[in-house]
Amino acid sequence: MKELLWLIVALPFAGALILALAGKKLPRLACAIVGVGSISLSAIAAFMVGLDFLHGNSMGAPFDQTLWQWIDVFGLSPRIAFHLDTVSLTFIFVITFVGALIHLYSAPFMWKEEGYARFFVYMNLFVGFMLMLVLADNLLLLYLGWEGVGLCSYLLIGLFLLFTNFHTLNIQAILTAAPAKWAVGSGVAITTAFLLLGGAIGKSAQFPLQTWLPDAMAAPSPVSALIHAATMVTAGVYLIARTHVLFSLAPIVQSTVAIIGAVTLILGGLAALYQHDIKRVLAYSTISQIGYMFLALGVGAWSAAIFHFMIHAFFKALLFLGAGSVIWVMRNEHNMFRMGGLWKKLPVVFWTFLVGACALSALPLITAGFYSKDEILWLSYASDKGSVALWFTGLAGAFITALYTFRMVFLTFFGPRKAEPTQRPGIAMTLPLIVLGLLSLVGGFIELPDNMGHVTLFSRFIQKTLPATMITSFGHSTELIAQLIAAAVAITGAGIAYKLYYNKPFPAAIPVRNSWQTFFFKGWDFDQLYNSIIVAPIVFLSRIDKDDVIDRFYNILAAITRLLNRALTATQNGRLRWYAMMLAIGTIITLTILFYP
Amino acid sequence: MTIPTEQQILLAVILFCIGLTGVLVRRNVIFMLMSVEVMLNAAGLAFIVGGAAWGHADGQVMFLFILAMAAAEVAVGLALIIQLYNKFKSDDADKASDMRG
Amino acid sequence: MNILFYISAILAIVATLRMITGKNAVHSLLYLIVSLLAVSVIFFLLGAPFIAALEVIIYAGAIMVLFVFVIMMLNVDGNGIKKERALLQPGIWTGPSLITAVLFLEMAYMLVQQPASPVEQAAIAAARQEIPPGAVGALLFTKYILVVELAAFLLVAGIIGAYHLGQKEKISHHRFLKNQEKSI
Repeated sequence: MKELLWLIVALPFAGALILALAGKKLPRLACAIVGVGSISLSAIAAFMVGLDFLHGNSMGAPFDQTLWQWIDVFGLSPRIAFHLDTVSLTFIFVITFVGALIHLYSAPFMWKEEGYARFFVYMNLFVGFMLMLVLADNLLLLYLGWEGVGLCSYLLIGLFLLFTNFHTLNIQAILTAAPAKWAVGSGVAITTAFLLLGGAIGKSAQFPLQTWLPDAMAAPSPVSALIHAATMVTAGVYLIARTHVLFSLAPIVQSTVAIIGAVTLILGGLAALYQHDIKRVLAYSTISQIGYMFLALGVGAWSAAIFHFMIHAFFKALLFLGAGSVIWVMRNEHNMFRMGGLWKKLPVVFWTFLVGACALSALPLITAGFYSKDEILWLSYASDKGSVALWFTGLAGAFITALYTFRMVFLTFFGPRKAEPTQRPGIAMTLPLIVLGLLSLVGGFIELPDNMGHVTLFSRFIQKTLPATMITSFGHSTELIAQLIAAAVAITGAGIAYKLYYNKPFPAAIPVRNSWQTFFFKGWDFDQLYNSIIVAPIVFLSRIDKDDVIDRFYNILAAITRLLNRALTATQNGRLRWYAMMLAIGTIITLTILFYP
Repeated sequence: MTIPTEQQILLAVILFCIGLTGVLVRRNVIFMLMSVEVMLNAAGLAFIVGGAAWGHADGQVMFLFILAMAAAEVAVGLALIIQLYNKFKSDDADKASDMRG
Repeated sequence: MNILFYISAILAIVATLRMITGKNAVHSLLYLIVSLLAVSVIFFLLGAPFIAALEVIIYAGAIMVLFVFVIMMLNVDGNGIKKERALLQPGIWTGPSLITAVLFLEMAYMLVQQPASPVEQAAIAAARQEIPPGAVGALLFTKYILVVELAAFLLVAGIIGAYHLGQKEKISHHRFLKNQEKSI
């Protein structure tokens, strides 16, 4: 069964290939079946592989499957090979399963659009590359997958550093050889880890490279759900988790990861609080939640980070799909202040959206989000790399999260109705919402904290691959107090949002009044900042260099050549006496050189 | 005959330089050709002097070959002068400078 | 006998100078013949009677006569002398004179620089005798036989070239080439 591992990656590519070649000629239904079916089959294959992996012969030991030798030159010999262990199994499960649901949802969502087949080609290709990234056995193949989902060049430099030091890009080999070769805190370890971190920041939209994510909300909602909630942006998290050994060797970089996570989660949260567009709220929310994952990675809470990744994928995809449904029925209206009073008209969407919102706000005990976020908050305090400051930041972020989430819910679904929805979404769109909603509720029960039943299914699953978190031991009572504080914070946030936004008559378009609101609305005005720091000087330089100073150098070279040409031409004037004179002068010079040393 | 060899060769050098001056100064092609003949003659004189100094006949043989060469050269050169005259209708060497540039 | 050498030398130099500064082509030619005759005397004094005779017969006799023929054929009229006078301004002599002066000085310096060693001088002094034509002939037909053949090649080539180059232009009667003149 485990041999079906390659199918998981191959099926999406096959789907993409079929649709790319024949998509134009197939009717829409066939395109949808192929597109959704490939990912669904991949999910089924992932399920079977996972079953065999967990209960079969090897019981969770890592499994490698080599397809063929990719390159073999001068000692560099990466293969097309897949490495399956508990971490990558988690990731492929999430990617294929949530991906299949999103594909199912997007089949009717995109029905009226142009380029239906091409849409599924791109979606399938994306899922295929993401799976390749996650299952890659060596960093080169991972890079291929990474490029496939889009990359900045930081990672490549980090690869070079790694290769020259270890003469292999095989991830497992690097991770076992690195602690032996590089001392903790050595310069090369720090540089490598820092460069890898750079790639992860860009991909996962953390501070300071987070400006692209809200602008990417121009994509249709299923795309946002797939790429910007469940999969691509979590590639950074995966990379850091996968190369955790290198980060352990560079403690200062790991602390940077935590600090970046903390800063980003506040940044994203505050920006989300002031948005009008429902999808931009979710975009900033994604930035903020991935900040939580980075915070967890930074304090060494590996399994907590991956746990939160999984749960976040469920409820964020749910929220995006739900928002997409609302936008779809409201004829492409994105502004929350123009919606209202939809809870009676769209019951399924409303209830699932509410479940997702509760999970996002980490309402205690019933939602999966509570367990995952609470674990991160606890470990940011209790881990040996954690601190009170980080815990407090996480707590503040939780408060803001609850606030903006319920603001979004109340504005969209409650209050006076501003416009009529056109139709109800069909079963293909509501089924994924229901499934994801159920997962958001019960998904957390595989990992319960120590003082609440101490279920550690998930962390044991992950700890087969990643090391356990180092915890300074606190008592159960301390943990209970921390959990109570976290729960209180979440409920308070929801309550304040209720007070401010429930059934209040807001006009259709609220103008942003004072400069603070504008500042947060524009996402802390990073676009303006980057524009003045980076773009404006370059434009200024190019303007003063209008005549291209560099070119002038080459023009001078050409002018010198022309000058020489004219000078030499003058000596060829076709006159016999002139040539004779040149002969005489040449003779004189030769004699001089020969006889007067 | 006890004239030092250096003086004899000096005579050849003087004649050679005079001939060179003639080539460089005169514009008329016929004069140029005559000056070239002077130069050839001077070179031959130098050969003879050398051969006589060492007592070999090689110098004279050299001069003989120079003479043969000069004869052939004059023949062809004068024919070319005739062609030049017919084409450019003047005996100015500077007129035949179409190969400039 | 030495004095004869110096007289002939001065004569040769003066005649050559007069030759290159002359305006009339025929006059310059005659000066050149005088110069050649003077050089022939020098050859005789050096003990090379064969070459002295050849100088007169071939150089002064054939080559210069060829010059005369061509000058006559080209029909340089009275205007030619005026032209030459106009061309030969005194100022025109400075540049080339300078160049040749430098060249002369260099060669003279080279001459004076390396006097012969006593052994060479003795050999030179002992070798001053007349070299008869027989010796030249013997050398020509043994040691330098190949060069003689080459000289023959050269002369044949010269004849053919001179004949071809000296032709008058032919007007072609080919209907396509009628307007073109026959090129060289």
